[in-house]
Amino acid sequence: MRNLLIFISKYNAFFLFVIFEIASLILLLNYNSFQKATYITSSNNVTGAVNTKVSEVSAYMSLGRVNDSLAKENAMLRNELKSSFYIDTLAKRTVKDTVYNQQYQYIPAKVISNSTNRHNNYITINRGSKDGIAKDMGVITSSGVVGLVVKTTEHFANIQSALNGNTRISAMIADNKEIGIFTWVASLNPHQGLLMDVSNNVKPKLGERVVTSGQSLYPAGIPIGKISDLHAKEGGLFLNMYLDLAVDYSKLEYVYVVINKLANEQAEVEALPKKDKDE
Amino acid sequence: MSRIILINLIRFVVLVSLQVFLLKNITLYDLATPYTYIMFILLLPFEIPNFLLFALAFILGLTIDAFYDTPGLHAAACVLLAFVRVLFINITVQKDGFDNEPEPTLSVMGFRWFFAYVLILTLIHHFFLFNLEVFRLSEIQYTLSRFVLSSVFTVFLIVISGLLFFRKKER
Repeated sequence: MRNLLIFISKYNAFFLFVIFEIASLILLLNYNSFQKATYITSSNNVTGAVNTKVSEVSAYMSLGRVNDSLAKENAMLRNELKSSFYIDTLAKRTVKDTVYNQQYQYIPAKVISNSTNRHNNYITINRGSKDGIAKDMGVITSSGVVGLVVKTTEHFANIQSALNGNTRISAMIADNKEIGIFTWVASLNPHQGLLMDVSNNVKPKLGERVVTSGQSLYPAGIPIGKISDLHAKEGGLFLNMYLDLAVDYSKLEYVYVVINKLANEQAEVEALPKKDKDE
Repeated sequence: MSRIILINLIRFVVLVSLQVFLLKNITLYDLATPYTYIMFILLLPFEIPNFLLFALAFILGLTIDAFYDTPGLHAAACVLLAFVRVLFINITVQKDGFDNEPEPTLSVMGFRWFFAYVLILTLIHHFFLFNLEVFRLSEIQYTLSRFVLSSVFTVFLIVISGLLFFRKKER
């Protein structure tokens, strides 16, 4: 015991270093989902082989229980099949989805903190959960897409700006409706973005407008930018192109938070096929 | 003793506000961003207990993180910096024979030692910081160029301020 204490006090710098480093890394991992995701996958690579073997063995023990739950799941899914409903339900749906049902609602907010010169940029606005803002809502301005709400407090909300290494927005070329993925190239250039994974048979032209697609969090047709360079890096099977961004992010003042009233409903609907796959 | 605490307190406030109010907005050619706040850790006295050193590095990192919206990132880099500082000083400086608690400043230690000290510690801090921030290898080329240019910028600023503020005592 005494030797241990002497050992620890002799190398106290190292132990202190380990303690504080772990504390800060825990903070970092808890806050930033990107680091967390990467970290967890890499740790899976190490322990994955062992875990697979163990789970193969233990799977036999619970086969009976799994069968029961699968049968229940089957029954439940069968109940939700369209064919098990009376046709009346369909009629009701169509009434619900008329043009008069407002899907998007906009809340104006003022930008109180903003940055454009870092790898992951964030914006803070002066509206929060008290005003009905919640995580994963889209944010736009009059000239185009701004970002995504990542965190709210009572009076403030933190937005992951479009100028963020983790930004992924479903976008389309306005004229021919070709879908791609918008990201921010990590070149720290606040005026340039990248449209990726556009299918190869499209012939885009310089200066064509790129807008949000209907598959994104945002209403369809919100401007993102204009095509400025057709030959972006690593084409491969898909076309990648550079965009001049429509919004000048360094001059943001007022933004609108988009509340999608049907978002929960959509998420519910999209969760069902996923569940199907998992089982 | 209380004079040293006061000086370091003022230095902390000045360096942090300089970093978050001025240098946060400066980026040269989309590449070089200086992080001169690490000067606070570099200039702490030689005789500081290790625990205090690490605690201060952690607090400094968290303070910067609070303004940069990145809890833990700068704290992790600063704690690493503190550890490297302990190693560097252990190797290059003989602990005994100091009177009146000197600090590792340019005037006390001479230009060559001070420059090597700042250069090595800044390089390690920046390398760790940039790679932890990006956290993927696919952009390694870009991350490395950011790291090198930012380090040059930071070292330049620290050495300049060393010459400005600590040269006088020599005369």
